[in-house]
Amino acid sequence: MIIAEQKGIEELIGILEGHKDILVVGCRSCVAICLAGGEKEVGVLSEALRLHSDMRSKGWNISEVTLERACEKEWAYELDQLVEGKDCVISLACGVGAQVIQELFPDVRVVPGLNTSNMGAPEEQGVYNEKCGGCGDCVLHLTGGICPIARCAKSLLNGPCGGSQEGKCEIDPEVPCAWDQIYHSLEKLGRLELMDVPIPPKDWGPSRSGGPRKMVRSEAILTDEQNRMKGGKR
Amino acid sequence: MRIIALVCSFCGYASADMAGVTGQSYPASVVPVRMPCTGRLDVSHILSAFRNGADAVMVVGCLEGNCNYQYGNIEARKRVEQARGILAQLGIDGERVEMFNIASNQGWRFAEAVKEMEGRVLRLGPGPVRR
Repeated sequence: MIIAEQKGIEELIGILEGHKDILVVGCRSCVAICLAGGEKEVGVLSEALRLHSDMRSKGWNISEVTLERACEKEWAYELDQLVEGKDCVISLACGVGAQVIQELFPDVRVVPGLNTSNMGAPEEQGVYNEKCGGCGDCVLHLTGGICPIARCAKSLLNGPCGGSQEGKCEIDPEVPCAWDQIYHSLEKLGRLELMDVPIPPKDWGPSRSGGPRKMVRSEAILTDEQNRMKGGKR
Repeated sequence: MRIIALVCSFCGYASADMAGVTGQSYPASVVPVRMPCTGRLDVSHILSAFRNGADAVMVVGCLEGNCNYQYGNIEARKRVEQARGILAQLGIDGERVEMFNIASNQGWRFAEAVKEMEGRVLRLGPGPVRR
């Protein structure tokens, strides 16, 4: 899932300067799980902005809605009626959702209410760890299910560096060394021999180094006729 | 002056009742709002109270360990802290909101808590929005 956290309200208030009719849009997917942009967070932020507006007599008209999944056009289209007459949308969806909303409604300014950070998972309620670097060339089968790209500070592929001390990374004594974790995971799996498999220099082409990525599943693309029949929006 | 007291059905409300039964006097500026459990409290309830003219907000739940729903009052305390953070960003003194844990038979403590909040409002001045 995508991990994000809310921007400070002071920063948001600065961004909103000059706007009057504001729609706060949340998303019930990843950002709801990391308690940054779900229905509750939308309610709290909206109420905080209303309070600020009343305190400073700004006359902001703030409404709120939470989409099922802001990153999919089918769901984001639900804003169709709601953005009518609004001059600003605060997106509490991730950066992807914010862009999809802006793309669908180019006449309304969409501002980000979140700082989108990484692809990770909840460790426990309220604690989220980065897990995947999205490199486009997965090596988890060689590394005991632990991603060295995202979880090693140096993204090393063939064992730890000298900064690995007692299972911790030199960047922070709280951060586990990914290669220490990989070793112990392979040990539990009885596959320590995989430590001897050299991983060759990585092709970073499928990662961000190759520019923005696009994936096409030609078999899934609807024909014009299918789109007409399904009433789909492209 | 208007102090909103968000009280749980079990101890908070009962302690306010007990204050009356035992003849404790407390400021008339308090408006108790009964909720099933302080675990139902949301940060937006606190913000909404201030937006609607409250000078202070007090949340009254059971003693810790005595919540009828196990840990609703512990959740409430965390939300009060969260609300304080948001109020600070809006330039509102966090002292205007407080969490109290009061047992149903401690009417005198409810009266004291209201007086404490009244004292804070007198010191800090009127709330952020006048209605």
